[in-house]
Parts: sequence; structure tokens; C-alpha cells
Amino acid sequence: MKQEEIAHLANLARIRLSDEELENLEEKLSLIVEYVSVVSDIAAGDDDAAPQVGARHNVFRKDEVTNEPDQYTKDILAEMPATEGRFMAVKKILDTDSE
Amino acid sequence: MKTVAELRTAYIKGEMKPSEAVAAALAVIKEKDEEIHAFLAVYEDALEAAKAADTLYAEKGADTPPLLGVPIALKNNILMKGKKATAASKILENYTAVYDATIVEKLKAAGAIVVGATNLDEFAMGGSTENSAFGPTKNPVDTTRVPGGSSGGSAAAVAMGAVPVALGTDTGGSIRQPASYCGLVGFKPTYGAVSRYGLIAMGSSLDQAGPLTNSVADAELIHHTIAGLDKMDATTITDDTYPAVTTKDAYTFGVPRHFLKEGVDASVLEAFEQHIAVLTAAGHKVVDIELPLFEKGLAAYYIVMPAEVSSNLARYDGIRYGLSVEGDNLLDVYEKTRAEGLGAEVKRRVLLGTYVLSSGYYDAYYGKAELVRKQMRQELDEVFKTVDIILTPTAPTPAFKFGSNEDPLAMYKQDIFTVPVNLTGVPALTFPMGTVEGEGKQLPVGVQYIGPHGGDARLFHIGKAIYDERT
Repeated sequence: MKQEEIAHLANLARIRLSDEELENLEEKLSLIVEYVSVVSDIAAGDDDAAPQVGARHNVFRKDEVTNEPDQYTKDILAEMPATEGRFMAVKKILDTDSE
Repeated sequence: MKTVAELRTAYIKGEMKPSEAVAAALAVIKEKDEEIHAFLAVYEDALEAAKAADTLYAEKGADTPPLLGVPIALKNNILMKGKKATAASKILENYTAVYDATIVEKLKAAGAIVVGATNLDEFAMGGSTENSAFGPTKNPVDTTRVPGGSSGGSAAAVAMGAVPVALGTDTGGSIRQPASYCGLVGFKPTYGAVSRYGLIAMGSSLDQAGPLTNSVADAELIHHTIAGLDKMDATTITDDTYPAVTTKDAYTFGVPRHFLKEGVDASVLEAFEQHIAVLTAAGHKVVDIELPLFEKGLAAYYIVMPAEVSSNLARYDGIRYGLSVEGDNLLDVYEKTRAEGLGAEVKRRVLLGTYVLSSGYYDAYYGKAELVRKQMRQELDEVFKTVDIILTPTAPTPAFKFGSNEDPLAMYKQDIFTVPVNLTGVPALTFPMGTVEGEGKQLPVGVQYIGPHGGDARLFHIGKAIYDERT
């Protein structure tokens, strides 16, 4: 695995990596990827397995409010890094000035 | 007082009060934890709850909740309302849980008193507790060695005598391997037996919570307290999800001999052979079995788990809670927060997961790994037609020295016997099968009993007969 490829993955994963980290990951990730590559040899044939006992399916409940108004609001707001009143504050993502 | 059962009896008879037991727990932590570092937080308010329990026992005796006044510890990736839930990560260093995990709600309802939160590998990723952002935990049996991981703090808390029970989580062996290294009982339930609501998610199709204790009976009691269908976790199962698994007077154990050929310490194999002798002497049958796919589970695990990790950890973005590092724009905030807040092993797994899920690689890695997983389940179903329990060592070695497994692959291979259990969702119990010598010290090693889906009760049944009633 090359450093450019790892830099691309880091971009997808929203993690900024230092040059040192990139170098270290090049070696370690390559080793792991090589190790796990055997799965393509292990899995025999195609997926024709019969449905299994205990296999999970979607579990639904009625679409209704299950908690009291404001039951958790104060506590959850208190954990937010930036708030304005009852709102979470985030950075602008649309640049409307350039129109 | 080493077990919950002993404590409970003493409380009911009035020989001991919960406030004395909780005070004793806090005293042990004060005395030993500076060196061991099993705890990330200690809850002094536990004493208040203990005094209330004193009064209840005085009034009602045996007519009280089954865990009333029992001091317990929680791995710090389990949410308890009003307490910090850090997952041993800088990114959640100051995060306070806003609700109780279902298992915490159940433990509280049963009267248990939480005395503290225990250390772990960051986000439960590791097998030594060396990956904690707040420093490693030492093994109370030999402080030059790791306690195992990721539930290393929970294992050390019980092993050093602070609490009779600590809760852990197990994604690939994180309850069983530290239990083995610290000489304890550890239990990983059938997937879905215990609610994951309020556990900080790592690999959602693999994670289960369970106890670390000094006896199988205690593990059973705690498991029954926390298990059950939960409307907050759609993956929880009912008693009839799987066909009934019976208990018997004499069981047939299957040993995957081929699996033990490489990478297992000779001393561990010797203890394992002695354990087989114990089983046959007790009238059980031990036969050889083949599990060719099961043996290769580790490779599939290191695809499925990081894939789920990369998805689950996407939520730590510096916006909604936890650490937030200021940046020029939104993307900058995300990238800087995650760069600063996540440790090296966590970053490695997130990137690996991103890789195996990315376009062009998905089929070759994730798709194949899920297929292997399905075929492993079929292989297990076949084997369980002829044997009742699969027998392996819990880990290939006893507790190792700090810093001796810096190569990630070497560390991952400590989980070779435990990860197939999570990949297939079956239950497994570990308890000490003996000790092996390591530089003049006697180091505990565990044996692993693997049951079929829904066979949790069978494992407790045989575990109590073999371990709790040992002579």
C-alpha cells in the first residue's frame, strides 16, 4: 500500500495524518492487508448458503414519541462543543457570497 | 469475600454490611490502584448507596434485590448517566453520559453499587490495555506484565481484590483473554443475548457485554441480570430464537487439534492436556474435531471488525459531543479533531476499514469476509451435531511483558482462539485451567468452552461442575 493511497483513505476517513504517521502506516497497513488477503482463498464458491436459524431481520416499532418533551435536551446540549441557545452551532458550509 | 454469592449470604446473615464491603473496595483501590491503574474513575458516592442498602437489609433481609449492596466496576465504554464515558480515548475525555446503558439500568435495579469505571484499550481496540490514552493497566499477578485487553482494567479490578465483579465488553476476545491473563472467569454471551444499548460501539455485529468474576456461578448470576430482549437494541434475541440447548450429566467435548499445532506455548498446551484429563476423569468424552474455516477466522475478523469500526467511529467529528479542535472550515474541524483525538491503533483500524469498504475493494475483502463468516457458521452447526462443547485454550500464551507485542499482527494473534466465537455469534466461557511458569512467577492460563448458539446455560452448567466445584 502506497503513501498516496493511505493519504486518500485518510481524506475519506476525515483524519489528518502527519508525514511520520503516513510512513509508519505504509509499513503496518501493508502487512495487515497482506495477512487478511487470504480470505479470497478461504471462501469456497458463491453465496448459496441457506437462510440460517437466528438470522436477524428488521425489527420495527410504532412511529411514536417515546420520551417526554425536553427530557434529554439540556444534557445533550451540555455535551455539544458549540451551541447558540437551543441550537448546535456549526461552521458555514455553503458559500452564498460568491454568487 | 471473593464471590457475590458469599457477600450476599454475609449481608443476609448480618455478618457484613454493604457499607463495609464498599468501604473495603474503595480502600483496596486507594491502596493498590496507584500502581495497578485498573480504574479511570472512582465513585465516592457509592458509599451513600451502600448505606441505603444497609438499611434495606436490616429491614427486609433476604427479601431484597439479588445484587443489593454488591460493589461492581464498569468498563469505561459502558454508559452510566452523569458519569464520564471516555472509552479511554482523548476524543471522549470530557464526555458525560446522558443516559444509562440497559445493562447498567438492570444492574442498578438488582441493587448493585458501581464503585468505579475501569481502564481499557482505546475504544476497546487492543489486547493489552497498552492502547489506553490514559496509560496502561498492570497485571496484579505480575506487574511487569499486561493484564490483557481490551477489558484489562476490569480484569485487574477483580484480580486485585477491589470488586467481586466487573463488566467488560468482548468484540474479539476482550473479556476472555484478560480473564485468562488475570486468572478469572469471563463470559461472552450468544450474540444478542445482552443488549448493546449504551455501550460505545466498536464492531456492532460482534460486540457483547459480559462479566469478569471469580466463580462461574457469579458469572451466571450477572449474565442473567443483564440479559434479555430490549426494545432499544433490535439485535437482542428471545429464548426461542435458537433451538433449545440441553444440559447433560456427561458432555462430549471436541478439540480442534490441528488448530493447536502452531503458535501456542508448550506450557499452555501442557496445561490444556491436563485439563482434558480432568474432563475425562469426571466422566466426559473428549474427541478430535476439524474446523478448517474456524482456524482462519482471524483474517476475516480483521476485515469485518475494522469495517464496522470505521463506520461506528465516524460519529466522533468534533461537532456533536466530545473533543472539538478549532479549524478554518468544517472539514478542517473534522480532520484536526480526529487527528488529535484518536490514538495510533484506532487510526490504523479506521483506515483499514475505510480501505476494505472502498469502491473496488469491497467485494474482494468485505464481501468475501462476510461469506467466510457465513460458512464458518455452517461449519460450526455441523460440528455441534456431534459434540456438545468445543474446547480450546483461551489464549496461546500467558500474560506477556509490556511492549513485547509491538508488531500489530503479533498482538492480533493473541486472539486467534477467541475471534471465531464473535464472528459466528456463539457463546464462550473461560476460567483458569492452571498456571504456567514465567520467570519465577506462576501465571494463570485459561481454558475456553465454546457452546452452540443459545447454549449459554450449558456452559454455566458444566463450568460450575468443573471449576466452582474443583478440589
